[in-house]
Amino acid sequence: MTKANIREQEAYSVFLEDFRPKRATLRNIVVAFLVGGLICTIGQGVLTFILSKGIPLKQAYVLTSSVMVFAGALLTGLGVYDRIGSFGGMGAALPITGFANSVVSPAMEYKREGFVLGVGAKMFQVAGPVIVYATLTATIVSIIKLYVF
Amino acid sequence: MPYVRAFVVGGLLCAIAQAAMDLTKANPAIIMVSAVSMGAILSGLGLYAPLVEFAGAGATIPLPGFGHTLVTGMLEDAAQWGIFGILTGGFKAVSAGLLSAVLFGYLMAVLFNPKG
Repeated sequence: MTKANIREQEAYSVFLEDFRPKRATLRNIVVAFLVGGLICTIGQGVLTFILSKGIPLKQAYVLTSSVMVFAGALLTGLGVYDRIGSFGGMGAALPITGFANSVVSPAMEYKREGFVLGVGAKMFQVAGPVIVYATLTATIVSIIKLYVF
Repeated sequence: MPYVRAFVVGGLLCAIAQAAMDLTKANPAIIMVSAVSMGAILSGLGLYAPLVEFAGAGATIPLPGFGHTLVTGMLEDAAQWGIFGILTGGFKAVSAGLLSAVLFGYLMAVLFNPKG
């Protein structure tokens, strides 16, 4: 191989290096947008249905979350949500259905370690940190709102 | 139109989370924690309530909506009882979500076994 050839090849691999991850990232972001958007649209459908039953807005939002948690948990149990997750990335993980998935997955996985130290303890392996930091941040934000503003 | 707004806003929130994960190479759990905290902060800045107004489920279904609900609940009770409201209001507002996660999560984990 000539020097020029090698240089050319190096330049090309640098070019690829620069190109490939970006394309993968762009694909991931687009897919996350579509999957997340779709899940939220389904949520909006549930909300619209609940509101049509004459339930007040605030309760309707709460009920919608519960329905979506149920759906996410059921689909995880059926083995469907993990497939949506590996395809949709954050589009599947960020909606509350993904929160339900993060509860059911480890709980199911660790069932063989028993119902207390397995299911009970591992259920909130991922959801636990989310609740902890949400609570801490919300408390700090609320105190600031209450006393500073 | 409410469906389009829910789709676009919900999708955008997920796209931002995905971009943050790809760019920082962080663990998904760290992104989820950051997202929920960001929701609480945006709520405190008064930016999240208009987003819910605009996008409905598109803003409440993604995790930042959980942080927003916590802050809203705390401030609602705080308006009545001052600092003690922060102790009572937060979990009151998210109780249905948490209870559903525990109840349905446990139920499904008991009923089903992992696939593959």
